Amino acid sequence: MNKATIMSNATNDATGTIYTETVIYSATEAFAADVPYQTVIVTLDSGGRVTGRIAGERVRIDDRVARAEFRDGVPFFRKLA
Amino acid sequence: MRPVAIIGIGKTPFGAFPGRDLRSLAVEAGAKCLKNGHTGPSQIDAFFLGNFAGPSFVGQNHLAPYVSTALGIQGVPATRVEAACASSGSALFHAYTGVASGVYDTVLVVGVEKMTSQPTPKVTEILAGAGDCAGEIKAGSTFASLFAMIARRHMHEFGTTREHLAAVAVKNHANGALNPDAQMRKVITMEQAMGGKPIADPLNLYDCSLISDGAAAVLLAPAERAGEFTDKPVRVLGIAQASDFVALDQKPDITTFPAVRLASAKAYRMAGVGPADIQLGELHDCFTIAEIIAIEDLGFAARGEGGPFTLEGHTARTGDKPINTSGGLKSKGHPVGATGVAQICDLVLQMRCEAGERQVPRHSLGLAQNLGGSGATCVVTILGTI
Repeated sequence: MNKATIMSNATNDATGTIYTETVIYSATEAFAADVPYQTVIVTLDSGGRVTGRIAGERVRIDDRVARAEFRDGVPFFRKLA
Repeated sequence: MRPVAIIGIGKTPFGAFPGRDLRSLAVEAGAKCLKNGHTGPSQIDAFFLGNFAGPSFVGQNHLAPYVSTALGIQGVPATRVEAACASSGSALFHAYTGVASGVYDTVLVVGVEKMTSQPTPKVTEILAGAGDCAGEIKAGSTFASLFAMIARRHMHEFGTTREHLAAVAVKNHANGALNPDAQMRKVITMEQAMGGKPIADPLNLYDCSLISDGAAAVLLAPAERAGEFTDKPVRVLGIAQASDFVALDQKPDITTFPAVRLASAKAYRMAGVGPADIQLGELHDCFTIAEIIAIEDLGFAARGEGGPFTLEGHTARTGDKPINTSGGLKSKGHPVGATGVAQICDLVLQMRCEAGERQVPRHSLGLAQNLGGSGATCVVTILGTI
């Protein structure tokens, strides 16, 4: 793998497309303070899918997102304009 | 392999029973089953217990001998099987292999769960243990939310609507209202089913099965010996268990369950029948969308057509393919570890013409589909009196 590919993968790992989503109203105690919150499965540009949360504006299927941060190992994505 | 028959069934009502513990429920179902099969504990060669989370719900482990000895069954192998909501379907599958292979003759299978002693958020947390705790659950997913994401994608790809989902709930409640052992014997309207309290979009309260206490049991024997125990034996014509990823995000397509397709293909082949031959079914409607997808994966309706098939009334008690005449998990109740065996009991009731007000006219070939988690385990069983 050349350097350009590695860099491209590093970038693509953080962006993707919403495969599916839901807004959760009824949660376990650990997440009760967060409701309602949106969880998503993102198809990553680098391949594969990951389950994460949405920060900020709500998303729909096929929306483009970028990873904003990890919180306790959970990826939080933000909608791309 | 030799043919196997169901020679006895037994069930507790499903509901919230604050005064009952796990063992008393399991013993009630097991004892009723032994009596129904005109046999006693000393004649049992092996005992299988389907239970998802007794250790978490009630703090008791080593559950199989804990229950079997209370039934008076001594000395024989007693084994607990855990496969999330397919725990007792899987227990039945393993019991079947023991009888079919000739290792055992008479095997008792009990499924049990005692859930209502915990508050709802704790129940949600325990159930979430059937998902991928290092991924989807850590991100805040609940089981309702996993099936909500499945529903969203199914709607997106096939045009499935909120009305389709509601039609499943309305139908199953109408059936459950006629079942004296059901937890929620209440008819609901489309309007109610569409407007329930939101749980995880697009699913509301009426799309979700119930939190329940209950137990169910079946007794197996070689078909050639069935006449010693009952004059109404029901044959296990086909049975198969299949597996898949636990995490939803590992599945290439979440609008279908490969484990359901695999298990049903094997069970159909074993029974020498196809989806069109099946006269009635007990399917795993843990959420309304799960019944719609099961209808498609089992081949009752084409891919993406499960919603319209339901709305058109095909799966109603009076339709050409009655599904969940017991009320399903939605209305009958869903004590998760009991559900797989309870489905079998409900099919056998229909096949013996003992289903009372909900009896359907065609009942000689039935199918049960028991799903674990978001599709990581599936057991499909085909029963016949033909």
